[in-house]
Amino acid sequence: MSDAIVVEGLVKRFGATTALDGVDLTVTEGSVLGLLGPNGAGKTTVVRILTTLLVADGGRAEVAGLDVARDADAVRAAIGLTGQYAAVDEYLTGFENLEMVGRLYRLSRAEARTRAGELLERFDLTGAAARPAKTYSGGMRRRLDIAASLINRPRVLFLDEPTTGLDPRSRLAMWDFIAELADGGTTILLTTQYLEEADRLADRMVVIDRGRVIARGTADELKAQVGGERLELTVTDATALPGMAEVLRPLAVDEPQVDLAGRRLSMPVSGGAEVLAEALNRFDGGLAQIVDVGLRRPDLDDVFLALTGHAAEVATTDDDAPEAEAVPTGGVR
Amino acid sequence: MSSLGATLSDSVVITKRNLIKVKRVPDLIVFATLSPIMFVLLCRYVFGGAIDLPPGINYAEFLLPGILAQTVVFGSTVTGASIAEDLQKGLIDRFRSLPMSRAAVLIGRTVADAGLNVISITVMALTGLAVGWRINSSVLEAAGGFLLLLVFAYAISWLMALVGLLVRTPEVVNNASFMVIFPLTFASNAFVPLESFPSVLQTFAEWNPVSTVVQGARELFGNTVPGAPVPDAWPLQNPVLYTLLWTAIILVVFVPLSVRAYRRTASR
Repeated sequence: MSDAIVVEGLVKRFGATTALDGVDLTVTEGSVLGLLGPNGAGKTTVVRILTTLLVADGGRAEVAGLDVARDADAVRAAIGLTGQYAAVDEYLTGFENLEMVGRLYRLSRAEARTRAGELLERFDLTGAAARPAKTYSGGMRRRLDIAASLINRPRVLFLDEPTTGLDPRSRLAMWDFIAELADGGTTILLTTQYLEEADRLADRMVVIDRGRVIARGTADELKAQVGGERLELTVTDATALPGMAEVLRPLAVDEPQVDLAGRRLSMPVSGGAEVLAEALNRFDGGLAQIVDVGLRRPDLDDVFLALTGHAAEVATTDDDAPEAEAVPTGGVR
Repeated sequence: MSSLGATLSDSVVITKRNLIKVKRVPDLIVFATLSPIMFVLLCRYVFGGAIDLPPGINYAEFLLPGILAQTVVFGSTVTGASIAEDLQKGLIDRFRSLPMSRAAVLIGRTVADAGLNVISITVMALTGLAVGWRINSSVLEAAGGFLLLLVFAYAISWLMALVGLLVRTPEVVNNASFMVIFPLTFASNAFVPLESFPSVLQTFAEWNPVSTVVQGARELFGNTVPGAPVPDAWPLQNPVLYTLLWTAIILVVFVPLSVRAYRRTASR
């Protein structure tokens, strides 16, 4: 399968700030790429360059086989963009918003109207079609915004933080819509700060921080980078923890971490449920004081903390190193 | 579709979008017209008795072309604020991500704002007629007078479009444009005859295009008195020509500058 998006060595500077410092990424046609990073990492800048809103200072980018700088108009005809803020005209009705965008994609009036009707129905907005968008809730505006970016049946869709600011219910609904689009074969580049969102929607992920790619791969590959499963247990009396750590140490693959304030012990293990059973066996009579025990696989939050912690270590002096090292232990959870 | 045809059809779509807002937010029209009405009444009855005019002309006839000019020039500042608002709300990003003409958003905006100006000019002319203003010329000349006002304001709209794209905050656009528009309209012959100005200011006012718009409109509406002194300055002797020259210069400079700024802008 070919690549719908190819980015090589992308550089963008704003005055003295380097927003992108040589970003490379590819998105296979028909797949979903999650572009992750903290605020200010450069996610939106990547999207702006790929959607022709900004011109890069260095490197090269192709979308749908077209160079974003040389063939900007052809790129625009092939893509859809949903920005960070729902870009809908508040004074137009939902229908008028979609009809306008359809006309600007050079659809005939009849086509634009038909398409507007279809999309309103698909995004559960038919009932609100004749109301000005001013009266819409945040979730409805986002849906209308995504509908607008789909008018021209884009081959590549850019979603820049599509669920930021939505309440949990609207977020779940939005996830369903995005998953449905992906199933339909649309190539999607999705930026997000929410790891859960990327975990759920994206086939592959690229993590950027300070304008550089710091990790890439599938969710499982990224999790494997941070380490495997951990055994965690919480007790009623923290003073028992050091003794327990001694008992469990032979089962751990690395040093157990004790969090006295949280009355918790956490240690990396391998072997799954057998290790868990063995651990409980060793306490025998002491089970009563265990409040909670279980195996936990790292989630993307762990990945992210680990990765950005590592980045800080590279970028700053040695003084920061112990702190950065301490981050992945996750004792604060 | 040819690129000119595409620009035209995109501009029509955007103009329509902007006019729908006027329809949905009637307050816009109400306040765009109420304040000029209030202005006509205030000036007519507050300054009316105090300003010395040549015999044979009443203050209402002198004042109306001046107020019309001021109103349409102020009206064109809406362009800047509206574009800044579209930028803030991410709509300009959306338009720029579409395969549409790069000039259409600005053309559609300025044309819709000219439409708003047509409405406020009509309301003011009617108010003027009620307080003693008269058109003493042919229908064709009078139409020329209205057209002169609208064409000049249209050019100012393009200047304001650039301000909106560069300043990016609607409130700041308003304050910045008032700082320019107030001196331009008051340091002109719009409200008082120029003879009362100190000499430096008088020279400025004689070359101020707002003065020539006003003078041109007065002549076309027949609101001048034969034999009444018009300053010797060339602009005021040829007000229509001078105004059209300014209009052309503003458009030639600011249409390309604004379109260039639009191509490069992006909300932050």
